[in-house]
Order: sequence, then C-alpha cells, then structure tokens
Amino acid sequence: MGPFVAVMFDGFAYGMLLFLISVGLSVTLGMMNFVNLAHGAFAMLGAYVTVTLMNGYGWTFLATLPFAFVVAGLASVAFEQTLFRPLYRASDLDQVLLTIGLVFMAVAAVAYVFGTESQPIHIPDYLRGFVTVGTANFAVYRIFLVAVALVVSVLLIVGLEYTRFGAQIRAAVDNQRMARGLGIDVDRVFAYTFALGSGLAGLGGALAIEVVGLDHSFALIYLIVMLIIVSVGGLGSISGSFVAAIVIGISDTAGKYYFPYLGAFLIYLVMIAVLMWRPAGLFGRR
Amino acid sequence: MQKAFIGLAGLVAAGLVAAAPAQAQGTIKIGVILPLSGQFADTGIQMRNGIQAYMKQHGDTVAGKKIELIIKDTGGINPPVAKRLAQELVVRDKVDILAGFVLTPNALAAGDVSKEANKFMVVMNAATSIITEKSDKMIRTSMTLPQAGDTLGRWAATKGGIKSCYTMVSDYGPGHDVEQSFVKAFTAAGGKIVGSVRFPVANPDFAAFIQRAKDLNPECIMIFVPGGTQPAAIAKAMAERGIDMTKTKILGTGELTGEQALQGMGRAAVGILTGWHYDYKQDTKENKEFVKIHQELFKRNPDLFSLGGYDGMHAIYEALKKTNGNTDGAALVNAAKGLKWNSPRGPMSIDPETRDVVQTIYIREVKMVDGEPTNVIFDKVENVKDPVKEEMKKKTN
Amino acid sequence: MTAPPGPPSRPHEFLSAQVRWHPLEIAFWLATLLPFYFFPSYLSLASQIAIAALFALSLDLILGYAGIVSLGHAAFFGMGAYTAGLVSKWGWGEPLSLLVIGAAAAGLLGYATSFIIARFRHLALIMLTLGIGLLLLEAANSASWLTGGADGLQGIAIWPIFNTFDYDLWGYTAYTLSLAVLFAVFVATRRLIHSPFGLSLRGIRENAMRMPAIGAPSEQHIRTVYTISAVMAGLAGAMIAVTTSTVSLETLSFERSADVLVMVVLGGAGRLYGGIVGSIIFMVARDQFSGINPQYWLFWIGLLLVLVVMFLPNGILGGLAQLKWFRRSRP
Repeated sequence: MGPFVAVMFDGFAYGMLLFLISVGLSVTLGMMNFVNLAHGAFAMLGAYVTVTLMNGYGWTFLATLPFAFVVAGLASVAFEQTLFRPLYRASDLDQVLLTIGLVFMAVAAVAYVFGTESQPIHIPDYLRGFVTVGTANFAVYRIFLVAVALVVSVLLIVGLEYTRFGAQIRAAVDNQRMARGLGIDVDRVFAYTFALGSGLAGLGGALAIEVVGLDHSFALIYLIVMLIIVSVGGLGSISGSFVAAIVIGISDTAGKYYFPYLGAFLIYLVMIAVLMWRPAGLFGRR
Repeated sequence: MQKAFIGLAGLVAAGLVAAAPAQAQGTIKIGVILPLSGQFADTGIQMRNGIQAYMKQHGDTVAGKKIELIIKDTGGINPPVAKRLAQELVVRDKVDILAGFVLTPNALAAGDVSKEANKFMVVMNAATSIITEKSDKMIRTSMTLPQAGDTLGRWAATKGGIKSCYTMVSDYGPGHDVEQSFVKAFTAAGGKIVGSVRFPVANPDFAAFIQRAKDLNPECIMIFVPGGTQPAAIAKAMAERGIDMTKTKILGTGELTGEQALQGMGRAAVGILTGWHYDYKQDTKENKEFVKIHQELFKRNPDLFSLGGYDGMHAIYEALKKTNGNTDGAALVNAAKGLKWNSPRGPMSIDPETRDVVQTIYIREVKMVDGEPTNVIFDKVENVKDPVKEEMKKKTN
Repeated sequence: MTAPPGPPSRPHEFLSAQVRWHPLEIAFWLATLLPFYFFPSYLSLASQIAIAALFALSLDLILGYAGIVSLGHAAFFGMGAYTAGLVSKWGWGEPLSLLVIGAAAAGLLGYATSFIIARFRHLALIMLTLGIGLLLLEAANSASWLTGGADGLQGIAIWPIFNTFDYDLWGYTAYTLSLAVLFAVFVATRRLIHSPFGLSLRGIRENAMRMPAIGAPSEQHIRTVYTISAVMAGLAGAMIAVTTSTVSLETLSFERSADVLVMVVLGGAGRLYGGIVGSIIFMVARDQFSGINPQYWLFWIGLLLVLVVMFLPNGILGGLAQLKWFRRSRP
C-alpha cells in the first residue's frame, strides 16, 4: 500500500508542477486563440532568474520565487505588446512559427549567456528530506510544491469568480465579440492575463529546477508537455488544466512505476485518446 | 522566381568555393567532428576545450609541420550528417586525420569513411566497444563503458563484499553496455542480481523507478545515467524516497559523480561508490597542469570529454613524431599502436591488437573534502583492456 | 510594381496556362545538374538537400494545399527509413525495391492515421500530429531490440544499384539517385496539383465545410492526400537509409518535423517550389553555420522564422512573386 500511495502522491505533485507551468497557456489560448509556443521560454526565464539570484547573489530560494514570477510576467508584457499583438488575427500556422522562432532564439540566447551545462541549485535544508506517514514516504519538497500549487489555484479560482477583473476575463474567454460589445477593454484584459499566465509559468519553472533539472533546452522539452496538458484540459479552462495536469502527472509517474517499459509512451497515448474522444479537451468549449 | 533562386544559388556556391582553403605545404589537417549545438553541446564544447588546451601547451607544430584543425558540428546524434561531414572533410578539405566523436552513432557512421578513405581516425569519447572494429585505421583514447562496468562488477563482488545488487540504467547503448558488463562480472564473481530496470533516455522524473528499487530493499543499487541534469535528479529522487546510503550501497560510473552532478547533489552524494578512469581532482602532475591551463583558457574545470580530446591530441602528436610527419593512414595507426604515456588520468596505452585504450580504472567513494563532495580514490585496477573485445578474442582462439 | 494581368477569358485557358512548363522551371532543373560538374565535393550535401526537398514537398502537399498543420510529419520519414534499413539488415539490400518498400510502409501508416487526422481541425489537429510523431519516436526508442534504440540501426547493407553503381566517397551515386527520385516525384505531384483532385484540395483548404456541397467529399480527399504525402515522406526517409546506410532516431524526431515545417514556410507554402527552395536555403545555411558558429544556429533560424512570419508571410517565393517582372497566380 505504501508504494502505491507514494507513487500517486508523487504523480500528483508532478502534475501540480505541470499545472503551474501550463495554466497560463490554457487561458491565453482560450481567450485570444493565440498559439503561444513561447510560453516555455517564460518558464525557463523564471527558472534562470532563480538560478542567477541564488548562485550569483546568494539569495535564498524562497525569496527568489516572487522575482521569478514578476520578471517572467514583465518580459511577457514586452513581447505581447510588440510581437504578438499584430498576430492575433493571423493563422494558426503563423502563430506557431513565430512563437517557435522565439523559443529557438531564447534557447540559443540562454546557451550563450549561461552556457550549456545544467544549472544546479541548493534548496534550503528545511525543504529537503522526507516525511514518513505509515509505510509511505513523502518528499518534503513535493509537499511544498503541492501546497504552492493549491494556494495558487485557490487564488485563481477566487479571483475569477469573485473579482470584477475575473468576471471580465471569463466574459472575454466565453465570447470575445460580445465582451467588446459590452465595453470591456478586451485587449487590456488580455495583456494582464497574459502577464499573469507567463508569470505563473516563470514561478513554475523556478520550482521545477529541483524536480527535473534545468539547462538551456528546458523551454523546448517542456513545451511539448505544456501543449499536451492544454489540449487535454481544454482551452481557456483553469479547472481543465488542473485536471489534465493531474491526469498527465499521475499517468506518467504511475506508468513508469507499474510499466517501466512504456516510459514516456503513456502520456502520448493518453493525449491521443482524450483528443479523439473530446477534440476540444476535457473541459473545452467549442 | 526561379531566376532569383538560381542567382542566389550561384552566389552561395561561389561563396563556398571561395571559402575552400588552399592546400598549404607543410600543413597537417585534422577534421574534428563534434556536437557543438543541441542537447549534447556541452560535451562537444568540453572536448574542443581539451584539444585546444593540448595545443596551447605543446604548440601547434609537429615534425616540422603545422597542425590545422577544421571543426564541424553534427548537432547531436545524426549519423547521416556525421558521415557526410566526414566525407566532405576528406574529399573537400583534404584532411589527413579524422578526430573527435562524442556520440557512438556518429563515430560508427564516420568509421565507414575512415575505412573507405584509409584515414587515421581518433575517437576521443564514444564509448561503445564495437566502434574500433569498424575501421582498422581507428584508435580510441577515451574509454569503453564495459571497462568501467566490468571492473566495478568484479570489485563489488570481491573486495567490495557486496552479495546482491539491483541495476538501473538508461535504455540506450552506453546503458546496455554498462549493465551487461557489470552483471556479467558481478555474477561471475559470485554476486546475485535481484532485479533490473531500464529507463528511457530523456527521463526527468525518477521517483517511480527509485520506488520500484526500494520495494525490493536491495543491498546495493547500480546506476547508470548520462551526465547533465540526470545524476543530480536521480540522487535527489533517492533522498526523497528515503534510500539510506548507510544501508544501501550506491554504485555507478563516473558520470554519476561528475563535477556538475556533485554540485547538484551536495551532501546527498556522500557514500556513492564509482568505478572510473578520471576525475578532475585526480592527483597526478599531468592533471594539475591540465586543470591549470584549462581553467586559464576556459574558466572551467576539465571533464572526461576534455580529457578524451587532450589525450587524443597527444596520441596524434606522438604518432606523427614517429612517422616523421607522414600522414598515411596505415603508417599513423601503426605508429599509434603500443603508444604508452602518462595522461592526466594516470598511465595509459593503446593496445596494438585492438587499437583501443588500456588504462587504470579507479574505485572511488564520495567523501566531503574541504567542504565539497569529492571522489576519493581508494582502490584501483591497472591495465584494464576492453572486456568485450577480450571475450571476442577468446571465442575465436 | 506591375499591374496584374487581366483575368483570362476562360477558366480552361487559365488552368492550362498553369500546367505548361515555364522556362524558368526548366532552367531550375537543369541547374540541379551543376553540382556534378562544378561542385563535385558538395555532392553528398546536394544529395541530402534533394532528400530534404522531397520531404518538404510531401509536407507542402498537406500544409499548403490541404491546410493541415502537422508537427509530426517525421513519423512517416522515419517509418520509411527504418523499414528500408531493417529489410536490408534482414538480407534484402536491393536499393530501388527498398525505396518502394519503405514508401509503402509509410503509406500504410499514413492511411491508418488519416482516419484520425481527417476529423479534426485547429489545435486538436496540431496536437494529434505531434502526439503521433512523438509516440512513434518513443516506440522506436523503447524497441531497441528492433531499431537499435538511441544508437541507431546497425548492420544496414545496401547493394549497388543495378549491381554496378556503388556508393562512392564523393557521392555521385547518391546524388544521381536522390535527384532522379526527387524529379520523378515532383513531376507526379505537379500533375496531381493541377488535376481536379488538386483543385478540390485547394477548395478544402479555403473552406472545408462548403466543399461537400459541390460534390467534393472533404474527409475522403483529406485522407487521400494525407496518405499520398505519407508515401512521399516515407520515400524520402528510405532514401536516407539507402544513400547513407545509417538510420537513427533523429529521422523520427520532433527536430526533423520542425525543420521540414520551417523549410516549407521559408520557401512559401502552397507554391510547389516553395518546399524545394526552402530546403535548399535552409540546408546550405545550416551547413555553412556548422563550420562557423554552430551553437548559435538555433538563434539565427529562430530569428529568420520571426522575420519571415512578420514580413514575408508567404515565404520567400511569395515575397518574390509580389515583387516582380513575372506575375503568375498561385499554382
């Protein structure tokens, strides 16, 4: 029983990490239909902010996290205003190509500035080790991950449901034209949402270093996982991303535990199966 | 539209022809094929660093001729490109020697070219045993993974006093090599393998695999993962799953405890036992000089890839000195056979029969030294030949 | 900018005007023979460019003409490569038949997956193609007993063509074969594009929902063109196996799928020559960069993509077509 619970928890924690990284992409895709493959670059940016602050300036891990969030968010605003805005009406393909081009540039730039080695960080001792409950071991860092993700999720949901801005977001996702017609400044709403989503990606990236490691190809590797979560969860749906992330996280971890020879296979099969059953994703709209 | 294209093609072609270097008298050209971009970029860069460090130390003239390097990038595992680059180096740039090769598939593909064109080829890293069989003009100056796996396996069951072991390796050539050689030597010396697993090569999350290992509560776990982010990730996963290093011995090859890996693992690495040919803190005169010049030129420490490049250049220089500058493939490879020297890693030589490297494999344990986790050597096995080819020889005799 | 010519008086004339071979086209194909005489040391590169061009042509068929964005087209390329490689490893190394076998295997895979592909659009379609590609890559990686896994396929033994032409160090044989195959497939594709089927594809690209109303079954046509595209891609993959005797996982990789997409977009999708031009520019540029500044190749290709999307949305050929002397409606 012990291993089963531990594996489920590990998968859940991994899923929470993936959720943080992907939720921004889901919302922006749902709202503006803008395929932003550069989302992974923002996650990578947040991770490198943390690495620089910790290894270069001696900050503690927790202190760097808000900065990872803010820097990634601000950077995304710059891109959104200049490069992305002209392409909202462009075809899927053009958006894919533009944003992939940006990812390539980001990966190369990072290799240039930081080198190609993997970037280690040393998390504080109170986040290390594990906690034993019964026969199962729960890693302290993963508990921390889950806690952060849950807090973020609650804040997001509360924000969406109970604030005016949240209502505007929901309106813009549901029916953009109508929202504009009602006087909502959709472009501004989108800019803020985009920043928020990218900031969360940056935070997720920073948290991910300890679990999956960081090097210059991070943005490309996790891009694929992000796309899987977003398409499985459904565009524009936070709860969709949440559920999809958990499903993917657990499938991946449990899959590797129970069927090690299936390796990474399982998440692709899951994605294909879900998309064939529901092309718009589990909680998607169209 | 085609007109513009033809014009463009013409310009590009003219540029390429103009760029092709003229063959200077008294120059020896070495074509170096490395992955300088993509996910293996770091290994290629370090190998190039090692090559350049050697040339800085020993000058760029041998036997009265100047050494010229022509470096090409494969972008990663890409055998058709590696083969084409090797062909072009031979046919277009008229190189005398082919060198480099971090990755096995690329080395194998280029081996065909070495054979067909009769060019001396120096493999400076790729560690799969069969590579040197591809061309009789090829030597290797790095190591073969079975050298490490076999030595480690035998040591573990005998002097190490370990009776049973669980193996975990990455599912690709190097991983299979280590697993097979370790298992063979370990069981031959009386040990028992309680289980094994192979994980996909690009695998970020080891928790599930470690859990499976832990379920069996083995006395020892043997691990092989490629360098980069994975060693630290797996060590962390072990700490998280509660693997107690005092109760369970962790064995591995040197990639598990390379510089970056140790930095990432920190204290969690203490107690890991590895069998390997090199560590940048190795205590030999040659190594101290090597590290010094590497740091001066590149601001970082050398690793096994730098070492392969460094020793590869040494082999080339010594062979050229013996042939007096003659770059004929057969002449060079014969000159290289039986070469012995003191490398930063310790004594090494090129086996005249297999043209592969013969060296000492050290058994090391990670201990905290001056506040840093360090591979501390406490045992060694000398003159280790590649066990796979030794087996093949026994069978044919 | 010259004013476009007036609309032709009859649709019939318009269509047959497009089918005739333009003198520049003939000049282009003659120019492909230049490497034999003027740049013999580049023949291996030329051969790999021809293979990439064939692959790009196959993607252009579904991307430019049927509007299907695929991030996983390398699945068919790799399928052709591995099939040809494995068959030769198992003892049959006749190159021309290996090409056919590889192409057929990829075609079967294409046919099977076309049932899935034809039903989706937009993001779901993109993700499905990506998923299928990655799935095949993982399968090949795991089945290392069959494919050699990350080490690549070993033991490929290709017999000389017609039992006389062996693969030389310079690449004469390789380029001859690649060029011949490329040209033959190109001619066939050209006819396909200008046939009623090809026209209906363009209709589907523009408005998939309306096409059945004029008697063109969208889904079926999409399945057909997808299968044809898979056959072509598989043929290109088999050529890699036959001309270089090496097959590795990169033939199935996401990098290869992304690269071919870049080539098609660079040249201009939906322009028949777009994929070919794009692949020439891409491969030559990459080859040059691998000598000068390999780490930053990715940066420049990223920048190029961004610039092409922002300023040259129809690729280089599209940009050229707008510029000049010679005005011809999109083929």
